[in-house]
Amino acid sequence: MSKTYYSNSHEYVRVEDGVATVGITSFAQSQLGDIVFVEIPETGTALNKGDEAAVVESVKAASELYAPLSGELTAANDALVANPALANEDPEGEGWFFKLSIKDEGDLAELMDQSQYEAFVKESE
Amino acid sequence: MLNNKGRVTQPPEGAPQADATLSIQSQSHSGHKGLLMDEPLLFEIGSVEKTGVDFPGISDEEAGEESKLLAGLYRDEEIGLPGLSEPEAVRHYVRLSQKNYAIDSGFYPLGSCTMKHNPRLNEKMARLPGFLDIHPLQPQSTVSGALALMEELSHWLVELTGMDSIALSPKAGAHGELCGMMAIKAALEAANSERNIVLVPESAHGTNPATAALLGFKVASIPADKDGTVRASAVQDAIEKNGAETIAAIMLTNPNTCGLFEREIKEIADAVHEAGGYFYCDGANFNAIMGRVRPGDLGVDAMHFNLHKTFSTPHGGGGPGSGPVVLSKRLTPFAPVPFLKRDGDALTLVEDADETNKAFGRLTAFHGQMGMYVRALSYILSHGLDGLAAASGDAVLNANYIRTKLKDLLNQPFGDQACMHEVLFDESSLSGTGVTTLDLAKRLIDEGFHPMTIYFPLVAKGAMLIEPTESESTESIDLFIHTMRALISEAHAGEEERFHQAPIHTPLRRLDETGAARKPVLKWVEEA
Amino acid sequence: MRYLPHTERSRALMLEEVGAASIEELFNDAGAPVGLAPSKLPNHKSELEVDRYLRKLSERNTVAANAAFFVGCGAYRHHVPASVDHLIQRSEFLTSYTPYQPEISQGTLQYLFEFQTQVANLLGSEIANASLYDGSTGCGEAVLMAHRITRRKKAVLSGNLHPHYASVVKTISHMADYRVKEATIDAGLANTDAILSMIDEETSCVVVQTPDVFGTLYDLNAIAEAAHEKGALLIAVVTEIVSLGAIKAPGDMGADIVVAEGQSIGNGLNFGGPYLGLFACREKYIRQMPGRVCGQTTDADGKRGFVLTLSTREQHIRREKATSNICTNSGLCCLSFNIHMTLLGETGLRKLAHVNHTKAVQLSERLSEIDGVQVLNSSFFNEFTVELSKPAAPVVEALAANNILAGVPASRLWPEAKSLENTLILAATETVVDEDIDQLCAGLKEQLDAE
Repeated sequence: MSKTYYSNSHEYVRVEDGVATVGITSFAQSQLGDIVFVEIPETGTALNKGDEAAVVESVKAASELYAPLSGELTAANDALVANPALANEDPEGEGWFFKLSIKDEGDLAELMDQSQYEAFVKESE
Repeated sequence: MLNNKGRVTQPPEGAPQADATLSIQSQSHSGHKGLLMDEPLLFEIGSVEKTGVDFPGISDEEAGEESKLLAGLYRDEEIGLPGLSEPEAVRHYVRLSQKNYAIDSGFYPLGSCTMKHNPRLNEKMARLPGFLDIHPLQPQSTVSGALALMEELSHWLVELTGMDSIALSPKAGAHGELCGMMAIKAALEAANSERNIVLVPESAHGTNPATAALLGFKVASIPADKDGTVRASAVQDAIEKNGAETIAAIMLTNPNTCGLFEREIKEIADAVHEAGGYFYCDGANFNAIMGRVRPGDLGVDAMHFNLHKTFSTPHGGGGPGSGPVVLSKRLTPFAPVPFLKRDGDALTLVEDADETNKAFGRLTAFHGQMGMYVRALSYILSHGLDGLAAASGDAVLNANYIRTKLKDLLNQPFGDQACMHEVLFDESSLSGTGVTTLDLAKRLIDEGFHPMTIYFPLVAKGAMLIEPTESESTESIDLFIHTMRALISEAHAGEEERFHQAPIHTPLRRLDETGAARKPVLKWVEEA
Repeated sequence: MRYLPHTERSRALMLEEVGAASIEELFNDAGAPVGLAPSKLPNHKSELEVDRYLRKLSERNTVAANAAFFVGCGAYRHHVPASVDHLIQRSEFLTSYTPYQPEISQGTLQYLFEFQTQVANLLGSEIANASLYDGSTGCGEAVLMAHRITRRKKAVLSGNLHPHYASVVKTISHMADYRVKEATIDAGLANTDAILSMIDEETSCVVVQTPDVFGTLYDLNAIAEAAHEKGALLIAVVTEIVSLGAIKAPGDMGADIVVAEGQSIGNGLNFGGPYLGLFACREKYIRQMPGRVCGQTTDADGKRGFVLTLSTREQHIRREKATSNICTNSGLCCLSFNIHMTLLGETGLRKLAHVNHTKAVQLSERLSEIDGVQVLNSSFFNEFTVELSKPAAPVVEALAANNILAGVPASRLWPEAKSLENTLILAATETVVDEDIDQLCAGLKEQLDAE
């Protein structure tokens, strides 16, 4: 069973068996344009909610992926680092950034669910 | 997550890409097309044996001899520097030059860049042996003319701005900005102040926050009002929110990057001064006000010039620039070395920061961009005060003329109001046509114009910033206006495909910037 | 006014369209205060008047070409082929802007790509950028880059780094809250041990100039190894780029970042600027590198072309998170370098280097015959240091009055260092002829013999 949450800075968190998979949303990638470079911290890095956790660069923009919740980084997506286009082509699938062991389940409550996020995107357009 | 856009040339996501099969450029057997010559890289036509410089009396073998004074460090491997004979080199570079657009060949309304005419007298003066062929470290007694030239340029720049002193040495605008902010930091340090907040409007040049951050300041951004300028009340709010005791400075561009004069600039200066902070003015747009308004009268503490913009020294494909900084009385003691000191008849250049001065240090080796000082002074003397005022007047007139003639077709994001030397439109009136700001820019290329600045400033959606400068005649501006109007009606008439294909009359068509950034190739490597 | 196309008539017609009675009214409408204009400045002048005036000023300076000239220390007088200046004055190069629209800027972009390749090969590094302002500011940028890469805050500088370069590094370090440690000054000696002893676990980078400010050459391999062992980077500085036609490149001796002053190739002395900052490094640091870069790509028809790339590192996108606040490069100076280097080619560069070294050897041999002159260097390329029997500055001043520009007294660069009072640094390039050396030797002898 998995459930997906969204942040207002356009990250998604998919939770499966206590492990969170984090990436950028389809809307975020469409706004950034062609992504050309991704930098992800090393496995073992402790992240606090709101930290700058990864760097994403497109041809026309540079931005950060902020940690949507606190936890320890357990895996980084090396395939994405080698081929940043994955974040454009399949952002919520093969284009994931990293996995986190969740420190505080309470962080999830502050995130949006899918329908709330869709409304949020609509509003900001 | 989402950040901002730069001066992109890449089509936005979703815009149709140019179709390679639609290229109307027919092939030729030679690779050339009439006057348009194809030119390979130097590395594909040159060879390491070839040379275009003679050294009579030295054989290749002799040149390869190792001397014991080289400490066993003789470079015996091949370096990888192919050469060409002089005729081949001349042709190579002339052909390359023909692939460039230039002010000398056409209208170049690139907003915030001030692409004005480059008088050739300036080039001639900079090449006088007495300026070109003198060394920065030969005795000062042998360069009195050079020091006098620097003093005269300083005098003009200080008088034109109503300031107290000048630091000439910064190498370009951003370097001047660094210099001005360092002077402010030095003044704060001298007062044992811990102020660390720098206020920067959202519409500022990217260099402003980059400079503040480099010096360890925290950037607090100030929103613009709906008329595109900064309200003194917004500055006051930011001061109160952060605490007056934390405010180090404000960095404000005036006229701002939307081409508008900051109407409340004096009130803003007063508010910042009252809080105990300094006022840094980005002088990139000084061309709009030179000879007419003195920033010193508006409360500015430091302002850099871009000599390559305002005084036309020239742009040279991206440099070299020159960014002198004028300072108010309270910042003057902190100016970096070198600086000029006059004592009666004696004019000297002080080259070292020591106990006799409070100079904050040194920004560059030697004394700055002498070659640019000569060009700028030649430009300034040629214009004189009357000519400089006439030039800024014409620059503002030209921009408002374009504004008036296009405002029924394009939207001014901050309402219908008089602008200074450049006019800002956004792409809202193109919505539904399938044509973006970028497409319009690329079509202008096919029409023989250099596009305006696009997607800057970031505060306007699909920004088009048009700066005609004083160098354009009415006829030249009218042709631009006519072309813009025709293109905009084509866009509305559903001819979006022509826009997406543009440019087609150029040596190359739209370039793949994504590919260039994903797999950077920054040098030529022989294919295996 | 010869530079303004408008006539009073065309201004009036345009004002009418705009709906303003005068230009003053237009300024007023736009919110600009009126009545605060500067005064007390003269009005416009004809081309002839400006020419006459500036020419007069220029004639007050002693021109290198008219003197026996031996001044170096970071700026060198070389012969630049006539075609270089002709080509860089082509309108399309001189009066274009930064190549933001690549379809109509391939000329600039292609020469930048050629330039980057020449610089990377010359410095022995994997990649190079499209230039910085000059060598000294490049040195400051390199130190900041090393701090970003190593996440450390301390730079170790060779004592024999050009003092202006050291000063630039110290100024930015002080302002941005980084630390700098300097090794002792050793005129004429490659005191590698002093540098090695200062490298520790907090060191982000070691900055070593070769040939150093006194002209001494360095084998950088040992310093690179020691730096890498502690996790620090080696930044090599070259101020006389012609030397790399004769001696090993810093990149090939283990330097991680190489910065150089490129003025010697293609660019005149210009009293100190504009010059040309060369910047090269290992490819893995590409995204930490400051300044503009040009990259290869293809166009919509699949043809090879060039664009400015990796611009997300730069200030106009990253703003306060940019790798540097730099906006401009040294475009036209890159072109001069690129053309001059193309004319030289490898063969010409090696010959040029050979002539320079030979002249300097000849000069050192002649000088060491003079009583009261001692050559300090055991190695040098085209510049070396001598110890005089009396303070160097007054000697240089006296010789200058006789049209002999004898070099740089060390006291000009280190006014505080008493021990360097008698020290003089001299350079000899291909522009020096035998008569210049005769004049210098005769003049020097006279000065040293005088009471």
